[in-house]
Order: sequence, then C-alpha cells, then structure tokens
Amino acid sequence: MGGASAHLLRDYRPAAGVSDELLAPDGTVRPVWRKFVEHLANLTPEEVEARFGRGDRYLRDAGVFYRKYDSAGPAERDWPLSHIPVMIHDDEWAEIRSGLVQRAELLEEVARDVYGKNTLVERGCLPPSLIAQNPAWLRPLVGTKPVGEHFLNFMAFEIGRGPDGHWWILGDRTDAPSGAGFALENRVASARIFPNFYAKTDVHRLAGFFRAFQAALEAGQDPRDGRIAILTPGPLNDVYFEHTYIARHLGLLLAEGEDLAVRDGKVKVRTVDGLKPVSVLWRRLDGTSCDPIELDPDSRLGTPGLVDAIRGGGVRMVNALGTGILETRALMSFLPKISQVLREERLALPNIATWWCGQPRERAHVLENADRILIGSAYSTRLPFDSDERMMLGRSLDAEHEGGLERLLIDHGRDLVGQEAVTLSTTPVWHEGRLVPRPMVLRVFLARTPTGWQTMPGGYARIGSAPDTAALAMQSGGTVADVWVVSDHPVSRKGMVGQRPSETRRQEIDALPSRAADNLFWLGRYVERAEGNMRLFRAYHARLAEGLTRDHPLLVAMHDLMAPGAGGRSAAMAKSFELPLESALVSAGRVRDLLSVDGAMTLQDLGDTSRRYAATAIPEDEIAQKVSVLLRKITGFAGLVHENMYRSTGWRFLSLGMSLERAASMAAVLAALAREGAPEGARDLALELGDSAMAHRGRYSGVASPTSVADLLALDNDNPRAILYHLTRAKKQISELPGASDHGRLAPAQRLALKLHTRLAVETPETLTPAKLLGLREGMWRLSDLLLSTYLS
Amino acid sequence: MRYDIRLTIRHDYAAPVGHARHLVLVTPAHMPPRQRLLNQELTVTPPPAETVSHLDFFGNLATVVTHTAAHPRMAITMTAQILCDPLPAELNIAPALGDLSTELDSLPSLLPNAPHHFLGVSPRIPHDDGIAAYARETMESWMNVRDIVVAFGKRIHDEFDFVPGATTVETPAAEAFAAKRGVCQDYTHVMITGLRALGIPAAYVSGYLRTMPPPGQARLEGADAMHAWVRAWCGKEAGWIEYDPTNALFAGQDHIVVAYGRDYGDISPVRGVLRMSGDNLSTQSVDVIPIDAV
Repeated sequence: MGGASAHLLRDYRPAAGVSDELLAPDGTVRPVWRKFVEHLANLTPEEVEARFGRGDRYLRDAGVFYRKYDSAGPAERDWPLSHIPVMIHDDEWAEIRSGLVQRAELLEEVARDVYGKNTLVERGCLPPSLIAQNPAWLRPLVGTKPVGEHFLNFMAFEIGRGPDGHWWILGDRTDAPSGAGFALENRVASARIFPNFYAKTDVHRLAGFFRAFQAALEAGQDPRDGRIAILTPGPLNDVYFEHTYIARHLGLLLAEGEDLAVRDGKVKVRTVDGLKPVSVLWRRLDGTSCDPIELDPDSRLGTPGLVDAIRGGGVRMVNALGTGILETRALMSFLPKISQVLREERLALPNIATWWCGQPRERAHVLENADRILIGSAYSTRLPFDSDERMMLGRSLDAEHEGGLERLLIDHGRDLVGQEAVTLSTTPVWHEGRLVPRPMVLRVFLARTPTGWQTMPGGYARIGSAPDTAALAMQSGGTVADVWVVSDHPVSRKGMVGQRPSETRRQEIDALPSRAADNLFWLGRYVERAEGNMRLFRAYHARLAEGLTRDHPLLVAMHDLMAPGAGGRSAAMAKSFELPLESALVSAGRVRDLLSVDGAMTLQDLGDTSRRYAATAIPEDEIAQKVSVLLRKITGFAGLVHENMYRSTGWRFLSLGMSLERAASMAAVLAALAREGAPEGARDLALELGDSAMAHRGRYSGVASPTSVADLLALDNDNPRAILYHLTRAKKQISELPGASDHGRLAPAQRLALKLHTRLAVETPETLTPAKLLGLREGMWRLSDLLLSTYLS
Repeated sequence: MRYDIRLTIRHDYAAPVGHARHLVLVTPAHMPPRQRLLNQELTVTPPPAETVSHLDFFGNLATVVTHTAAHPRMAITMTAQILCDPLPAELNIAPALGDLSTELDSLPSLLPNAPHHFLGVSPRIPHDDGIAAYARETMESWMNVRDIVVAFGKRIHDEFDFVPGATTVETPAAEAFAAKRGVCQDYTHVMITGLRALGIPAAYVSGYLRTMPPPGQARLEGADAMHAWVRAWCGKEAGWIEYDPTNALFAGQDHIVVAYGRDYGDISPVRGVLRMSGDNLSTQSVDVIPIDAV
C-alpha cells in the first residue's frame, strides 16, 4: 500500500470480534479491494467530493427518492447513497449464489406444502399452530394451484457476514420484495462516480438479470391478449418510486388495485378503451391487502374478487398470493430440518440461529442464553434490523415481564421466537475525507427464469449510520450502497435495460388505465390554470408598480378573474396559482411512470420554487419579477409536453386538459376585457395575458380595438393562445381517442367538440359578444365533464 | 325434525350501484346425520351477471354473485328444506384444562376441523385482557374443559342484556363486553375471546333458529335474524361441542348450522365492497318453520 492509501485508511479500525469486508484479520487490504482503494487514494479529497456530487446529482435528476415517515408526516427524501461500493469476489459470490438458489428451491417446496397437503405439519416438521395461527397463511388460497406451477418467481434474501467470516441468512423476502430497481439505480450512480475505473474493472453487470426476468414474465403472458402489470399500493408507499421505475424500464403497466377489475374469473385493467385483460400480475402489494372480499376487509388497496380469479386460474401471480408466510421468522428454526426431510440436503448457507419457544428444549436454551438472544413475535415477517421491529434481549424482557422470562415463555411460548443477536461485518464508508468501517447487510435478488433461478450479480447493501447495528434501516438514517461482484476474468458488458422493443411500448399506449388518463387530464388543466393565473397575478402587480391603485377598475377586473371572492391581498391572490400547482403535483405524482423524468423534475422544481416564494415576504415591487421566474418554469413544462412527449393516448388527455382550460380561461378574459366599455388599458392587458402583444403589432397597425383583440385571441387558428386554436386541437385529439366514432357515427364527446368548434368558427370579431364567449366557456366545461364520464369513470 | 327455512336480506342503496360483487354464505350445511339438506335455492334480484359457488377453507358453501348493471337495491332470498336429527346425548369426558395443550400437540393436523385454527387471535378476535380475566374468574378448580365452556357461556348469558340494535356487526367484542349487552354475535365473540384466552379452541357458528318454540316452551332470542353461537373443542375424546350463550343452552335440534369460522369475519352472511358514501339500508328476515315431526 502506498502512502496515499495509508492516509485514506488512517482511521479505519474494525472493532474486535467483527469481520471486515475491506481488511483481512492481519490488517492487510483484501485482494478484491486493492485496486479500488489505490484508485480512490489517488484522487484528491476535492476530486472525491466532486465525483460523489456527480452521483448524487444523477440520482436527483433521475428522480430517485424514498418516502420517509416521521412525526411531520410522509416526505420525499433524497436517496441516501453511500458512495463506496461493497466489493465481493466472484468465487465467494458463487458460493452465496448456490446457497441462495438451494434455499429458494426449498422455500418453493414449503409453499407448495403449506398451501397443499400440509405433510410438514403431519410429519411433525412444523408445529400446526405456527401455520394455523399465522396471519400470513391465507386460508382462501389453500388448495389453489398457481398458474404457471410455481409459487415463487421473484424473491430476495437479506444476508450478513458473521464474525467467523461466513455468510448467514437474516431474512427471506418472498411476498413482494422491494429493492431490485434501487439496486439498478445505485449501479448507474456508482458507475458515474467511478466511470473509468468501473469501465475497466471486471464487475458483473446487472442488465442481464433484468433482461432474463423480463423474458420470463413475457413467456407467461397470454400471447393473444394479455398484459403484464405491476400491482402497486400507490404513491403513498415508501418505495413507489421503484414501482414506477421498474414499470417504465421493463415496459410494464403500472396498476393500482382499483385499476383492476375481475370479470368472468379474469383480471382486467380499466382503460380508456374499456376493460382489457391482464394475464401476469407482478405483485408489489402485500398478500393480505390484495382482496377486500376474501382477505383483509379493511384494505382499500386491493381488487375485489382477485382471490376468486386466482382460484379459477385466471391470472398468473408473481409471487403467488400467500407466499408471505415464508417470511415468518419462526419458520427459520425449522428450515434446516425441513431441508433434510424434503430434499435430504444440508442448507449450504445457514440462517441466523432461531429458536421457536413452543418447545421445551428450545425454551430452555433461550432461557439459559437470555443475555445474547433477542426475543420477538414468532409470526413477525419483519427483518431483524427494521427500525420498527421490536425485539428485545431476553435479559431485559426478564426484568420487564411480571413473573419473569420463564413465565412468559411458558405462557406465550408458541407466539415467541428467540434469535441470536448477530454481529454484522463492517464495510468502508466515506467520512470526512477518510474511510471508516460501518456494519452492513446485503439484499440479494433471485428471479425464476425458464432455465432456472438467476441471481442478480450484485445487490443492495444497507449500511448503518453508526458503528452499532441499530441504525441500519433507512428510516433511521442508514445509507445504501452498490455491490460490485468482481471477477478475475472478463465479464459480459451488455448494456443496461431501457431500450425497449416497439411491441412493449405499444402495450403501454393501448392500455392506458382510466385512473392514469384522469390524472393526466387534470394535470393539464391544473398546470394551465396555474399559468393563466400567474400571468394575471404578474400583470396585476406590474400595474400596481406603475402606480395604479387596487380599486382601479382594471385591477378590480383582474382580481375578479383571478380570485373572485378573495380579499384584495396579494397572498390571497397568489393562492389562485399556488393551489392548482399543488394539485398538479399530486396528479403528476400518481402518473410518475408515464411522465418523463425531465417533466416530473420540472414540475417538482416549480412546486419547490413556488413554495419557497410563498414562505418568504417578497417586496411588492419584486413580485412581478419573481412570478416571471415561475412562468418561465411552467412554460418549460408545457414545452416538454408538446415537444418531447410521444403522441400516446396519455398525451392526448394531458393535452386536452391543457387546451380546454386555456380556451375556457381565455374566453373569460376576453368577455371581461375585450368588451365595449371595458376599462382603459383592458385591451392591452388582454394582449399581454395572451402573450400576443407582438403578434398584434405585426398584424394590426395602430392601437388595439375590441375587434382586433377578439380576432387575434379568439378566432385566430394559428395563435396558440387563441380559443379557436384550442378548440381545433381538442376536436382533433378527441377524434383520435379510443371509440371516438362508431361506424362513422359520432360519439357524444366528439359531437360536442365539433359543435363548440363550429359555434366559434362561424363568428366574426364583430359578432362575438361577451355572452357568446361565456356560453362557449360553459360548453367547454360540459365537454370536460363528458370526457370524464366517458373515459375516466 | 323437518324445517322450511326462508331468509331474505335486502340492501337498499342511497344511490344506484353499478358494479358490485358479493360473497354470500347463507345456505344450511349438509352434514348428515345431524342435518341433511333436502333442497335449497338462492335467488338474487336483480339477477346477477354471474353466480359462482365454491367450498371455502372450512367447507362452507360460499357463493359469489356479481352485478354489472346499475341497481338501486338488491335482495337475496334463500329457501331450504332441512332434516335435523336429535343430537345424541354426550358423555362429559373432557380433560382438565391443564391437559388440553398436550392433547393439542398430539394432533398434527391442519384439516378444516383441526382445533389449531381456533386458538390465538383472528381478525375479529384480538386478545383482550379484560375478557381473559372474566373467563379465568369463571373457572372453578373442579371443572373440566366442558364444564368451563358451559359455565362461561351461562355467565355471559346471565350478566349480559340481549338488546337488538345496541351494537352493529362491526362492534368489537371488548366494546360489547364493557357494556355487557348486545346480540348473539356479541355474546359469541366475547365467549370465543375468553375461551381462547384460556387455551380452549373456540369457533364461530352462524346459523338459524326455529322461529316459534314447541308448545309450552319459551321463544328463543335471536330467531328473527341469522343466529350465532360457539363451537368449542373439549379434547380428543369429547371433540367439539356447540353452546349458545345467547340462550344458555347446547345447540340442539332447533339450531341449524350454516357455517363455521374463526369469527364473524370469516363467515358473515354477505360480504362485499361498496365504494360509495351515503346511507345504505340493510334488512334481514328469517323464518324457520317445522313441517312435520319425525
């Protein structure tokens, strides 16, 4: 090790009795880390910080976040990447991999048994109460055979390295494991932090794993007409980002429970084109929440009848409903024996030592070793390090429980389990210019493919924020890191996922869920409403700065357009765009999988800026300038929508929402400002609000008249601020929606759009009265309602 | 005894309901020789788009009915004719409570009838310290498991007031226990909670009661709607017994079983999800008429 490395490792002192990933017991850097440490040591601290910043920026720009719950309620947080990857050698990985595949096969057999003949209970390999009283054992699924034969298709294992250097299984994630998408994002970030080093190092790439699983999902698809959907609990879930991310990258439909319906024993998705079949459901929702009729009746996230569809073989589930029972902590104490009985094999990777306290011998052991054994619920499916998991050292329970630990174990032994308190290995993290050791666990992902289980070569490391293991969970300040599986031989460098064949792209378009269309439509309306009111607000304050008073007829007219009923205070008027903006963000949050990352970021930034302004006192004379900043950002979003979005059905709803809102608000503006007898300056104001002052100068010499303004802002088919322009556009969009016309007969929405368009098109600037304008506006709202009831309910 | 049974459940919705799916468990069980289902018919109006039946985990006949067109009300009518045999007299051969767990451990089975399903907590039967203490103080040292079941059921009957309308189908056992009043569902849930706290497997039974008593006998409470009582496991020899805490008697020839479950939630007569607001009115009427003596 050179001097630079020595500096880097000056404070790196693993605790006694703990294994360390970086340093061998003799204090030398392990071979798999050597090149990396040299590389890092050759960078100046400034360079290192700049590179880490690059990784963080990538994650921010990609919109990676997680949702944190605390006393202030849920909030989106930046992704807490620890920038130093964990290095594991290929040879060691091969052992981990074969141990995990063996365990996956075993768990599949256990699932088959507990949802089938229950021979494990009959033969005494599992206590009956552990199954019968387990909330994760879903009785309605007992006896059903999964479509596609397998219970488990995608799973994860939480593993840790003990003091003796061997790996242990800490938890099985078999219900709806999360993290694979985050692992992929961590990889993109770490490859950006160490671009050259990553490129020339033989680190196993992750893309192949996702390609293989995607192919496996597609193989299970009904070839005639069956979609693959990810079933998500929705935007309030802490890892919703990952669901949207995977849906986008693998070209899958993202569905919430209420988007799905069961008809004739089949699962369908509600789309703008009616119900469409779904043949594969990749479930990211807990099993018990999936069907309020036959499972948890309080769940609002599920789909009524899903169990019925499964019973009839109407849908392929990834994973089968009910597989959550395999996560039961107490099961770990029986798996070694079950492996012997079912497969006549020893478990190559042991799980963390676990004792079910329903048996006298185990109870005695737990009691004797109460100082180093943690005790918790036998049925818990949480991981030992989850922040909200309550496990207590046996010794402390002894003091706390009336009658002591022994009494507790005798009275409630069947419901309790003891687990060895594990000491985890440590891995380096960057801390104030140097490396320091912190405890870690790894999550490793397995996917079933037609050729067997595949393991993601790498994974997702969670790292503690302090030297002890208590703060491992992200919710309590822990970080996450990429995992590099390093080979001595050249690795395949096939590209990342993301380039999708055109067929999958089409799936998204033809099956736009009604909920998504609804959110896109409202997103369009809210954004446009916010923009219109920002323009009014800016013009209002520009007039104030010019010396007009708030009771000037022009300002009163503007106030009434913006916020009728609200007081004349600026803060109250600002709500006229702040509130629609917040609503737009909510709508956007629910269709994150359909918006480009740039689009979502632009909106986020807009919301942040608006909130920042709202929270600070801005001098009157700076208001107009601040609102101009917001206006530039919001027109940036509109630009992205119209320049960058694929002309899908989703885009049509977004665009329709924008057009109807803009046309309707322009009708109100013209009715108020372009009429005979409007206050002085009203016509110039109308042109300003319509961003058409320049166009007016070019077309009409002289001052603005009621007719020139109406001509340009109502009847001009080439002015993107004019009403007719948007009615023309809306008419076209509606004609291209599914089911618009039935054998040449116009559908109601199409007929109304055509009527409105004609009503305006036959007018001249002279005949277009305020009453007609307001009548048109009324018609546009009716059209909006009609669209909502036709497509979106 | 042969009975004609007729049940009508009516839902009047505040606003017409479009798509609706219901899981219905109202048909008497066919379990000879105790009760034989001679014929049965389930009629739903408006006629459902789909009607599919299956046996649930506990062997109960469950029917899923699906409506797809808008409807302002729904009516479910079940008619059945059933032949009930007198239950054979039982011997009181239950073990002491202390021996019950050993007997449980020697039964490695998860068949629908296995007692293991009916211990511990279930969605509508959480642990409750108050009810547990109430059950414990009912025990006397001389009692075996069966004696405990009977004493506890009788005590609930004696100390609770039967007050229709005092509770709803959603009322937790702890609430009914605190108020010491309710209807058969509440009596049953309180009794199950207490028995399980003692380690006695206890199940929820839904069913029907003969509407008018034989001449000279008192009319039983709970005959106007579907009834509920308790099934408790008294060891390998004695097996399951059924006790009706609402009327303080063993379920007999006048108790007609529809379904067994861990609690009301497993076997409520009509389960469905309505995503709507507003008041929905639900009414139920039951007639159980003997047609001849056996």
